[in-house]
Amino acid sequence: MPAIGREDVARLADLARIQLSDDEISRFAGEFDAIMDAVASVSEVASQDVPATSHPLPLTNVFREDVVTDTLTQEQALSGAPDAKDGRFAVPQILGEE
Amino acid sequence: MTAADTLVPFDDATDRYDPVLGIEVHVELGTATKMFDGAPNIFAAEPNTAITPVSLGLPGTLPVVNAKAVEYAIRIGLALNCEIAESCRFARKQYFYPDLTKNFQTSQYDEPIAHDGFIDVELEDGEVFRVEIERAHMEEDAGKNTHVGGSTGRIHGATHSLVDYNRAGVPLVEIVTRPITGTGKRTPEVAAAYVRTLRDIFRALDVSEARMERGNVRADVNVSLRANPEAPLGTRSETKNVNSFRSIEKTVRYEISRHAGILDEGGSVVQETRHFHEEDGSTSSGRMKSDAEDYRYFPEPDLVPVAPSREWVEEIRSSLPELPAARRRRLLGEWGFTDLEMRDATNAGALDPIEQTVAAGASAQSARKWWMGELARTAREQDVELDALAVTPAQVAQLQKLIDDKKINDKIARTVLGKVLAGEGDPAAIVEAEGLAVVSDDSVLTAAVDQALADNPDVVAKIQGGKVQAIGALIGPIMKATRGQADAGRVREIILEKVDVEG
Repeated sequence: MPAIGREDVARLADLARIQLSDDEISRFAGEFDAIMDAVASVSEVASQDVPATSHPLPLTNVFREDVVTDTLTQEQALSGAPDAKDGRFAVPQILGEE
Repeated sequence: MTAADTLVPFDDATDRYDPVLGIEVHVELGTATKMFDGAPNIFAAEPNTAITPVSLGLPGTLPVVNAKAVEYAIRIGLALNCEIAESCRFARKQYFYPDLTKNFQTSQYDEPIAHDGFIDVELEDGEVFRVEIERAHMEEDAGKNTHVGGSTGRIHGATHSLVDYNRAGVPLVEIVTRPITGTGKRTPEVAAAYVRTLRDIFRALDVSEARMERGNVRADVNVSLRANPEAPLGTRSETKNVNSFRSIEKTVRYEISRHAGILDEGGSVVQETRHFHEEDGSTSSGRMKSDAEDYRYFPEPDLVPVAPSREWVEEIRSSLPELPAARRRRLLGEWGFTDLEMRDATNAGALDPIEQTVAAGASAQSARKWWMGELARTAREQDVELDALAVTPAQVAQLQKLIDDKKINDKIARTVLGKVLAGEGDPAAIVEAEGLAVVSDDSVLTAAVDQALADNPDVVAKIQGGKVQAIGALIGPIMKATRGQADAGRVREIILEKVDVEG
């Protein structure tokens, strides 16, 4: 049974860019454990002869033809952006990654 | 930046360490539309115009797979001798960076469409290395960030960034090798030749324009060193987005020297991504490499599995065009070149022009003579590729035909070629317009020969005395009299007739 410790929660929060307080980290560590336990009960039911499923519908090969459709104008594309400049989305300083 | 790197000379490093390569190549597919939506897949449009709500990942939008992109991916997989998955799926690769709006890239993770292949890579001297392909998978490209406020347009020091999503969602195939071992001192060449081989295959398959300078093909180069070929693999560095063959070679050389410097001092190579710097051929640290689990991959719930039928796969296999290596073997047989001539022509990028010149009627050897001789020199002088010269294979074939028909000689042919390259028209028209055809009209030549014989009785005596090579002394004046256009062979025959000597 994988126990989710405080370090795991802190790391996940960091990966997800969510700022958590110390209290929150402790609380989530406990809650994640409960969630993991609940999910684990599924694997008790699933026997070897049940194939892993990633999609509930018995569908494959849903394709479209390689044909150009309508596009947004630049104005439409940027209409919901909090900030834009030179026809581009303006985003805050990106730190620590490239 | 890189001043702190202790570099061991390449030869020394490869004497004492065994380098291992791994290369990830991304190729942008040349489909009309993007991977998951009908936005046009085009280069250099106005920013944020080649997009749909799906490209922007707006709420409520759903991706739909481009059938053509799947076909292209299968084509690539088959050309790389891969197995094509009976069924495969897409996955979300989560990361936070504004080059995609969704906070994940739609990719493939545990079920790539193609896996377990290989290609043979031939170096310039003919040595062949087999590169094993672990997988080739489908994914989408990301948008383009422009960092503003920093010193050199780099992220460091930037105050904000501007994002253009035109490229977001363009179909990519990523090809991942298994560790490439046993390449020793030739490791940098193998790396570049591998990517070049892939580039040529993409073009032959017509799945991408595969232009390196446009970023259609991008390579991530992994290098590690180990003490000897029996030792476990060392820690690797991954230099991202190296996109010229020369840069790939330089990256590998630099990383081998750098790793050796670290290992010599008893240090540990850090597993990280690095950036290549064109200006000095060095690399510098990027970010710590995320583990796969940091990307928290999970199956993409908005897309159903791709299960290419065996009929479809076989149909694609049977429609594969001739691949570059097979073509070289065929042309080698058809043209009767030596291995060396063939390699030189291949390395010079002369196969296409020679093949087209032969198709236009020239013999293979005469086509080779032009493209590897006069034209190769001209291309070097102009610093352009052969196919960028202002002469067509048809014009070269026409020029050669003028020689074969004895209308012009080699010397005049070079003059005519110069005029063709200067944009003066087709060879036949130039010869016609400028009266450059050789004179083989016997009456004209005979008059010139008579004059020369009369002017040079001593030479005539020598020829009659058995020194046939003395004829050379007569050719000069005759050429002068005919403005260089005399048919030298015919002149010789006439002289021999006149002086009554068997040639």
